[in-house]
Amino acid sequence: MIELVDVSKRYDRAGAAWAVQHVDATIGDGELVALVGESGSGKTTLLKMVNRLIDADRGEIRVAGRNVRDQDPVALRRTIGYVIQQAGLLPHLSVADNVAMVPKLLGWSGRDIAARVDELLAMVGLPAETFRARFPDQLSGGQRQRIGVARALAARPRVLLLDEPFGALDPITRMALQAELARIHRELGLTTVLVTHDMVEALTLADRVVVMSGGCVRQIAAPRELLAAPADDYVARLVDVVRQQHRQLRALAEGVRDG
Amino acid sequence: MADPDSGTGLGKLVEGAAPLLASHLVLALVSLAVAVAIGLPLAVVLARRPRLAGPVLTIAGAIQTIPGLALLALMVPVLAATGGLGVGLSSFGFAPAAIALTLYALLPILRNAVTGLAGVDAATVEAARGMGMTSGQVLRRVELPLAARVIAAGIRTASVWTVGAATLATPIGQPCLGNYIFAGLQTRSWSMLLVGVGAAAALALILDAILAAAERAVSRRPRGRVAIPGGALAALAVLVIWVLPWLARPADAPATARAPRPPAAVPGEAARPTRIRVGAKTFTEQYILAEVLRARLAQRGLPVDVVESLGSNVVFEALRHGDLDAYVDYSGTLWTTQLARDRGAPSWQILSEVEGYVASQHLRSLGPLGFQNAYALAVRRETATRLGLHSLGDLARHAGALSLGADYEFLSRREWTAVRTAYGLGFGRTATFDPALLYEAIARGEVDAISAFSSDGRIAAYDLVVLADPAAALPSYDAMVLLGPRVVDDPRVVCALAPLRGALPVELVRRANLQVDREHAPAQAAAAWLLGAATITEICAASPAAGSAIE
Repeated sequence: MIELVDVSKRYDRAGAAWAVQHVDATIGDGELVALVGESGSGKTTLLKMVNRLIDADRGEIRVAGRNVRDQDPVALRRTIGYVIQQAGLLPHLSVADNVAMVPKLLGWSGRDIAARVDELLAMVGLPAETFRARFPDQLSGGQRQRIGVARALAARPRVLLLDEPFGALDPITRMALQAELARIHRELGLTTVLVTHDMVEALTLADRVVVMSGGCVRQIAAPRELLAAPADDYVARLVDVVRQQHRQLRALAEGVRDG
Repeated sequence: MADPDSGTGLGKLVEGAAPLLASHLVLALVSLAVAVAIGLPLAVVLARRPRLAGPVLTIAGAIQTIPGLALLALMVPVLAATGGLGVGLSSFGFAPAAIALTLYALLPILRNAVTGLAGVDAATVEAARGMGMTSGQVLRRVELPLAARVIAAGIRTASVWTVGAATLATPIGQPCLGNYIFAGLQTRSWSMLLVGVGAAAALALILDAILAAAERAVSRRPRGRVAIPGGALAALAVLVIWVLPWLARPADAPATARAPRPPAAVPGEAARPTRIRVGAKTFTEQYILAEVLRARLAQRGLPVDVVESLGSNVVFEALRHGDLDAYVDYSGTLWTTQLARDRGAPSWQILSEVEGYVASQHLRSLGPLGFQNAYALAVRRETATRLGLHSLGDLARHAGALSLGADYEFLSRREWTAVRTAYGLGFGRTATFDPALLYEAIARGEVDAISAFSSDGRIAAYDLVVLADPAAALPSYDAMVLLGPRVVDDPRVVCALAPLRGALPVELVRRANLQVDREHAPAQAAAAWLLGAATITEICAASPAAGSAIE
């Protein structure tokens, strides 16, 4: 479980510009929560405060009941899977070495690591024999992102953080990876936070959606509830865009059928 | 007389180059290693604090703009003034050379490492932190490997620079391939010069090739074996440091092997040095005189190391600090540089004041050798006849339309100021030349007058006219043997060298100089000739070993 209690952060100490303001949220065990909002809304800042890549100025963040500020950030991060856009693979290391990094840092035995790497590559749909020895620049964008997920899962974390993981992918690959993520989440039941600016992705993948704007939370709700009852104008507009796109597509499809 | 271009001459040169190559390589590798050891951690700090990087790189860049020769020479007074940086490093030889070369190598290493580390993708670093690497692990496992190529390229650049600049360590007393280059240029031994230059270039290329292999190994994947180029580097070091000198020994070492053992130490003489270090400045006469001292000391069974091609300010400081034991200086030089006198005086007065000064520095003068090597201005006979030039006063009337060629030092020396003031001398143009090239420059008509040395055989050989100095603006320059603190009261040294007092008339010295300058004889041969031609009266009983030392 991840609990955010009145969390605030500002980068410019002199100015009044808060990147994140008074955020309260709880992410239950095994829940997949999406943080949505335009760029600059504070969603990535909020995510990074969970694994202490950024420290909150005010408020408290608890993971599994323990305040993250009371924990060594390095040890904390090794228990939290973290995936970023373009995967952030280490370009000088092979696929196997990338996936094995956190277990290696944790001092696992070589045999355990090798077995775990094969298991993970199978889980993300990349046969180990083919991919183990490849390097990141020999992979497609989608394959890189799969390796990124495998690496994040390597040390069996309790929590998985994903920061725009599919943002740079073509639509077909993105769709496939979204399905993979949903499957992996179902299988492992990890507490997962997904940052995205894609409202459709948030609505289709998440158990609950947190809508952010200007550093503030506008609404926290299940997708169906969000569509049915937007809490304010901003959320309403956001939902409206999705609906409108849907209508336009349908009109286009019907027009084609008519003509 | 051995022809330096014959097979045996060249063979001997190559053999003689081996120990120089070894000390050259040691100097370059030590400087490079220290520069890497300082530069890489500093670059890591700077990459973390970009605000500091600008100023530090500017300072390193400024050091780089100091000419290598000046930077090396600068280290001598710096080390002398700071007591060897507070840890008693010698201000002569290896320490100042290594420090200057380290400073020199620092810029390319620093700049490339800072650039390389800054060029590592920020997202990659954040991903590494996000997966739980400590900042040390991020550095070792991510930043350094990703910056390795750029860092290695910086080290390669530095290695080529260092090997090249190390040739400039000769004038501050560190034996290196520069000894061949300076001496070869000075005594016009082109084969010696070429061996020195060629060996330095080959060394730079080999080192670069090894580092290139190491660079390829670290950037290959899966990570190549650094052991192979690493082993090559170690093998090169072993080869040059031990194997080459050992191979060269049978032919090159007779000086030590054939020389009789020093007489058994008598009680109370235990502290006396077993090897005498003789210095020489950077011109022909000095090389010959150093060989004269060596031969005289060897006769008394004292083995000698000659440290040649020293800067003229470095050499006196080295004597004062006990880094040298003996060399020949000139009264007028010490009069102007050490006593800071800016006008001439009768030669007996200069001599006695300089000898008093030398004694005040706890050094010892063994008295004048019998010739002067004075600064003088010389013109072609044709010029002198055409313009009716006899004295510096005559020259002053025509100087506006004439040009002066001078050695590196002359135009900044007090003698030049004194001459200009005394005669109102102002040349239309002045140019500096290496002393070796000065005489050809005036013979070919590139300049009309030159700064010459009165003991130089080439004055007569090129049919030049030395202009009189009726106002005595130029001091006199009596050559004299000076002894350093280790040997001031060492009877072995005094017995060997004191008989040279008054024994070397200027005619003989000129002819010895000419043998080297025009006939390209080795300095040892000219020294042997000079000792044979001079009349020397021994003042001590011959040492028991003397007979076997004379050949």
